[in-house]
Amino acid sequence: MIRQLNSNEIIKLLGKDFDSQSIDESKNELYVSADQLTNVCSILKNTKQASFDLLTCISGVDYVEYFQVVYHLTSTIHKHSCVLKVNLFGRSDLVCPSVYKFWQGADFQEREIWDLLGIYFEGHPNMKRIFLWDGFEGHPLRRDYLESPR
Amino acid sequence: MLSENLWFHNIYCFLYTGDTAISGCSNATGLLPESLNWMPYYIAGFSMVLVLINIFMAFGALYTYAERRLIGRFQSRVGPNRAGPFGILQPVADGIKLLTKESMIPDQADKPVYNLAPIIMLIPVILVVAVLPVGEGTFMTDLNIALLFAISITALTTIAIFMAGFSTGNRFAMLGAMRAVAQLISYEVPVVLSTVGIILLTGSLSLVDVVEAQAIPFILVQPLAFLIFIIGGSAEMNRTPFDTVEAESELIAGYHIEYGGMKFAMFQLAEYASVLINSAVITTLFLSGWEGPFSFIPSPIWFLLKMFFMAFCFIWIRATLPRLRMDQVMSFAWKFLLPLSLINIFVTAIEVLIFGVNGTFTQGDLWIISGINIIVSIIGIVIFSKILEIDSGFNTQFKVTV
Amino acid sequence: MNSELMTVNFGPQHPSTHGVFRLRITLDGETVVGLEPVFGYLHRGSEKLAEERTFTQVITLTDRMDYTSAMTNNQAYVLSCEKLMEVTPPVRAQYLRVISAELSRIASHLIGTGFLINDLGAFITPLMYCFRERERILELFEMLCGARITLTYMRVGGVFQDTPAEFWPALDSFLTDMEFHLDEYESLLTGNEILLSRTVGVSSITTDQALNASITGPILRATGFDWDLRTVDPYEVYNRVNFEVPTGENGDNYDRYLVRIKEMRQSLSIIKQCVEQIEPGKVRLDLPFLIRPDSGEAYGRVESPKGELGFYLISDGSISPYRCKVRPPSLINLTLLNEMIVGWKVADMIVTLGSLDFNMGEVDR
Repeated sequence: MIRQLNSNEIIKLLGKDFDSQSIDESKNELYVSADQLTNVCSILKNTKQASFDLLTCISGVDYVEYFQVVYHLTSTIHKHSCVLKVNLFGRSDLVCPSVYKFWQGADFQEREIWDLLGIYFEGHPNMKRIFLWDGFEGHPLRRDYLESPR
Repeated sequence: MLSENLWFHNIYCFLYTGDTAISGCSNATGLLPESLNWMPYYIAGFSMVLVLINIFMAFGALYTYAERRLIGRFQSRVGPNRAGPFGILQPVADGIKLLTKESMIPDQADKPVYNLAPIIMLIPVILVVAVLPVGEGTFMTDLNIALLFAISITALTTIAIFMAGFSTGNRFAMLGAMRAVAQLISYEVPVVLSTVGIILLTGSLSLVDVVEAQAIPFILVQPLAFLIFIIGGSAEMNRTPFDTVEAESELIAGYHIEYGGMKFAMFQLAEYASVLINSAVITTLFLSGWEGPFSFIPSPIWFLLKMFFMAFCFIWIRATLPRLRMDQVMSFAWKFLLPLSLINIFVTAIEVLIFGVNGTFTQGDLWIISGINIIVSIIGIVIFSKILEIDSGFNTQFKVTV
Repeated sequence: MNSELMTVNFGPQHPSTHGVFRLRITLDGETVVGLEPVFGYLHRGSEKLAEERTFTQVITLTDRMDYTSAMTNNQAYVLSCEKLMEVTPPVRAQYLRVISAELSRIASHLIGTGFLINDLGAFITPLMYCFRERERILELFEMLCGARITLTYMRVGGVFQDTPAEFWPALDSFLTDMEFHLDEYESLLTGNEILLSRTVGVSSITTDQALNASITGPILRATGFDWDLRTVDPYEVYNRVNFEVPTGENGDNYDRYLVRIKEMRQSLSIIKQCVEQIEPGKVRLDLPFLIRPDSGEAYGRVESPKGELGFYLISDGSISPYRCKVRPPSLINLTLLNEMIVGWKVADMIVTLGSLDFNMGEVDR
């Protein structure tokens, strides 16, 4: 059985030296600011107690006031999982650090989010559209996207 | 030579004298004045050519039906069964469809070469029919270098494939043509060498002599050569497991990817007819040609039976085996077939020295030779398959560091 | 010796790309030296469409993702919906779901194996053999729900309907025949010299590489790593049946083929155990026609034939999901395409694509 960690357990895994001010506490997921994401992922990937070696899923959600990038992580060693969330405010020029350097599996998923939601992942080696063609205007999975205004 | 060719002789004599009697037409007076003596000669020749070529092309078309139907059975499905009884008119329907298609030429194609390639593909297949002894005394010509002629003329298809692949300007076709040139030329070597044993035993290159020398079928006397000839033959015909040239799952159709309509049909016809021709050559060389155990069945029927059995084997192989990779195909030719064919020549030559009296063999001698050769082939195949496995090549995979 | 490099557009119309996949490959002679996958030729915007439909209607969209195993897609979606609503379907429905999902797995693996051997160049004989058995699975599905490919059999809180009477004898006869047919495939293929020489050692990846690239399913298990959501995170009634998780050793094309063949045997054993254990009962909860889950989110995942298939659902309390994100195993399994293919020959590339067994309907959605 894969156990889902709550935010307190994740914070415990992250260690004392981590700047906890940048982290919002919630029940089952951990809110991380975009600046801290690289550090958090580095610790979660590389420390022995955490060792989240499998990046299950990256999702982008458009909440109109803000965008959210959701990371589902799984550890095949400890058989536990966790959810990280990054909120990005604004509707244009959204930038989120890429986790490609920790998990190569982020490759296509980050490209997909850039393609459909318009969140740019900084540090991704090949950040371009994946499903739609290069000249496509807009990002169709946004809530305010209309193909042809009716 | 003319007197041996009974078929031609009969037609000629009939036209010359107007009499159905077979013998003695050289002394009889002709129906026509002496200045027109060439006419019955040419008419007899043309009628023979017409009949043989048309029969072979019709068989080629029929073979496409047989192949599709049989492969359907092998694959537990029905196969074409709509056109005519049992779908036997399927080749006709295909022919009509392909003939009425628009003739498309790609823009980037080299047009003269592009148009010439299907013709060059078909010609050698038809030419080989000239030297095949279809029955006792039933052949167009008894060429004294018939074996050499048959092998060298079929090698011309390489040029046709090369022309087709490079003239279309398609990259898949070019890859196919590159593979074709490498593969077909490589397999030509062991195929030719495998026939040397037969030449040594018969002392002649004439296919009629080869058939007449087979007191027992040469498949028993030359088992190794038979295997090499079958493998090399299927490689030259681009059939599985050596169909890298066409490789429908890799190169889609290889060299004829840009051809449509009748030009495509000519490639297909040449390919299918070449299976029949190859089966006919194998029948002549290894299965004692037109000779059969029961004389009440006419000799051409024996020949056709054996030929279709070989064609059936080729269909069987095609329906069964996966494809080898290009480098495996090449190493198989050079590291396995070539040494084995050399061993075959060596052993046969020694046997000819020991047993041959003025180049002829009694049936008993042939049985002894076949016994020795079967043992030699088994040992040779086992040893060389081990070498192929150990030697860098077959089962190890190469990854190129980029 | 160097030759001029050649760029070839491999697809989107190519018999071996399993749909409309396009690869821009750079060739040095026969060797692949560069590769760029191009997706999107089958992109239908399923995730966007799901936001406009009710929760039940989205099930029909999931059928069209991995159309070779629609059952597992349905299962993943309804599981996440049930997780969102915090309901549990009746036990009989869970058994029926497991049986149909395992049948779907066999059907998908049959297609995967058949097309792999077809890509190896064996004309289409093995493919037709595999389709012969798949046809019987589709007939079973037809009995269950009337459809053959786009099934929509599962519902939130159960399955569409109870089994008809003729289903169980047909399933029994299929299970007995399938054992024999699997032996038949193995006798024809597993020891075949050409198959061995073409697949052993080709495009092998290590467990670390695969995990790092989020690769799941038979491709990960072929590297020798035992990771199957049916055992590590059992859902429905998988904890009530005994089965092994077959693994390979080298993570090469041959191991992927072997793992799929072995998984089919395990699926047969799972179905047999389920047939023994299943008891009469309700097959569906009495839920309202229009489902309105409380606002919240859920990530449900199942082990689909291709790997981990997940649905990340967010509800805002309305009748349609606010966001329905799919975790497509087919797409993510292609992450290591460069590492697997570059350096090998064109012919090896085809076999590798066949052994990855991806489905463009799921890659592009």
